[in-house]
Amino acid sequence: MKNLTKFMDSFGAILLAIIWIAPLLFAFWAATHSTSDAVNLNLFSPWTLENFRVAWNGAPWLKYFMNTFILVTVILAGQFFFTTLAGFAFAQLQFPGKDFVFILVLMQLFILPEVLIVENYAMVSRLGLFDTILGVGMPYMASAFGIFLMRQSFKGVPIELHEAARIEGCGLLGILWRVYVPLAKPTYLAYALVSVSTHWNNFLWPLIVTNSPETRPLTVGLSIFGAPENGVDISIISAATMMSVAPLLIAFLIFQRQFVQAFLRAGIK
Amino acid sequence: MSAHANLERRRQAIYGWLLLSPAAVLLTVFAFYPSIATMWSSLFSRGTRRKPTEFVGTENYTDLFADPTFWLVAKNNLFYAGVTIPVSIFIALSMALWANSKISARGFVRTAYFTPTVLPMIAAANLWLFFYTPGLGVLDQIGSLFGLPSVNWLGQPETALWAIIIVTIWKEAGFFMIFYLAALQTIPADLKEAADIEGTSRWTYTRRIVLPLLMPTTLFIAVNAMINSVKLIDHLFILTKGGPSDASKLILYYIWEMAFAFFDAPHAAAMTILVIAVLGIVAAVQFLYLDRRTHYQ
Repeated sequence: MKNLTKFMDSFGAILLAIIWIAPLLFAFWAATHSTSDAVNLNLFSPWTLENFRVAWNGAPWLKYFMNTFILVTVILAGQFFFTTLAGFAFAQLQFPGKDFVFILVLMQLFILPEVLIVENYAMVSRLGLFDTILGVGMPYMASAFGIFLMRQSFKGVPIELHEAARIEGCGLLGILWRVYVPLAKPTYLAYALVSVSTHWNNFLWPLIVTNSPETRPLTVGLSIFGAPENGVDISIISAATMMSVAPLLIAFLIFQRQFVQAFLRAGIK
Repeated sequence: MSAHANLERRRQAIYGWLLLSPAAVLLTVFAFYPSIATMWSSLFSRGTRRKPTEFVGTENYTDLFADPTFWLVAKNNLFYAGVTIPVSIFIALSMALWANSKISARGFVRTAYFTPTVLPMIAAANLWLFFYTPGLGVLDQIGSLFGLPSVNWLGQPETALWAIIIVTIWKEAGFFMIFYLAALQTIPADLKEAADIEGTSRWTYTRRIVLPLLMPTTLFIAVNAMINSVKLIDHLFILTKGGPSDASKLILYYIWEMAFAFFDAPHAAAMTILVIAVLGIVAAVQFLYLDRRTHYQ
C-alpha cells in the first residue's frame, strides 16, 4: 500500500513535470527540424541548424543582445547605488520625516511602474530620454522593493561593528562602504539575480520607449521578428525564441540552486 | 553633553536626507509625480488641433462607465484573476508537496517546474503559439489522433481567454512553488512523527497541520498573483492582441491601446486611476493582515 502511494506520487509529479517542460521541448524540436517535419511530428526526420541560420540573419540579434545586456547592467548599477544609500538611511539613521517618507516608498510597491506607462512615457520624452537605453532603465532604478530589501539587510548588522568602525575613525560613508556593504553581499547577489532576470524579460515598457534597432532589447526584437506580418514560419520563430532564451536558461541550469535561493531571499519580507 | 547630542542629531538628519535624496528624486520623477499627473489629466478632455484641452471633471470616468468595451475588458480581467489566482496557487502547492517528498527524479521535477519562471513572457507566448496554431499546432495534432476536429484556440471568443489563462498559469505556478517549498522546509519534522504515531492519515496530516501552517505563505502568494493578474499581459501581444472582438482583452492592454494606438491619453489616465484604486485596496488589505500577524506572533 505504502509503495503504491509512493509510486502514484512519483508518477503524478513526473507527469506534471513532463507537461510543464513540454512547450520548451517542442520548441527545441521545432527549431532543430525543417518546418514540414516539425509540424508533422516526424520523429525520425533529420536534425538541422538551418532555422537558426535563417533566424540569425533575419534580425540584428547581436545588437539586441548587446542592448539587453547593457540595459540590465545599467539598471543593476543604478539600483545598487540608489537602494544602498536610501536603505542605509532608513535602517541606521534617525532624522525627522523618516517614517513618513518610508510610508511613501512602501506605497510605491503597489503603484507598479507598468501601470504608469502613459505619464512615464511623457516624462521620459520631456527629459529627452525617449529611445535611449537610459530611458528604459531610469524608472526602475530607485526601486522601492530594493530599498526595502537593503533596509532589512542593513538592519541585521550588529551595532557593535558600526561602533567599532566609528571608534577607529571611520566616517559614515566609510562605515557604509567597509562594514555594511560587505556584510550584505548575499542580499546583493540575490537582488542582482532577481533584477537581471526581471529586466532581461521585461517587455511592455521597453516596447513603448524604444523605437529603433539601436536601443531595442531582445524581447521587443523577438516580438517584432515573430509578428505575423513578417510571415516567418513556426520553426524559425522557435529557433529565434530558443536563441533569445538560451543565455538566461543556461545560466539558470548551471546556477539553479543560487537562483532559487535568490528568489526566496528576495520574496520573503 | 546635550550640545554634543544635539550636534549628533543634526549630523544624522543632514546625512539621512543627503543619502535619501538621490532615490527620492527618482521616485518623485517616476512614481509620485506621474501618479498625480495621471489623476490630473484624467479630469481633462483630449485636446485636438481645433479644441484645446479643457476641464471636464469626471466626464472621462462616466465615458468609461458607458463604454461596453470597458465593461467587457473589466469582466475579462476579473475572470482572468478569478481563474489564474486559485488554479496557480493549487498547482504550486501540489508541486511543492511533490518536490518536497521523497520521490524519484526529484531534481528533474523541480527544474521542470521552475524553468518557465526564467523565460520572458514573450518567449513563452512564442512557445505556446506552436501549441495553439490551428491545423499545425501540437494540440490539433494530438486531437487528430483521437479524431477530433481542428480547433482555432486563439481565434474564437469562447477559447481565446482560456488560452491566455493557461499560459499565465504555466508561467507563474513554478515561481509560487518556491515560496511553498521554503515554507514546507520550516515545518518541524516532529509534527510528522507525532502524526504518524497517532496513526493519522496523510490526507488529514496535510489538511489539519500542513495547510494551516502554510496560510501566511498562501496569502503572500495570493497578493502576488493578484498583482500579476494586472501586470502579466505581454503574451497578449503575441497570441491574440486582445481579440477576437475583445474577448481576451485585459485592462492593462486596453490602457496601452487607448494611449498608444488610439492616442486617447485622458481615458487611459482615468482607467489607470481605477487600476491604482483597486491595487490600493489590495495593499490596504495586505497591510492590515500583516499588522494582525505581527501582533499575534
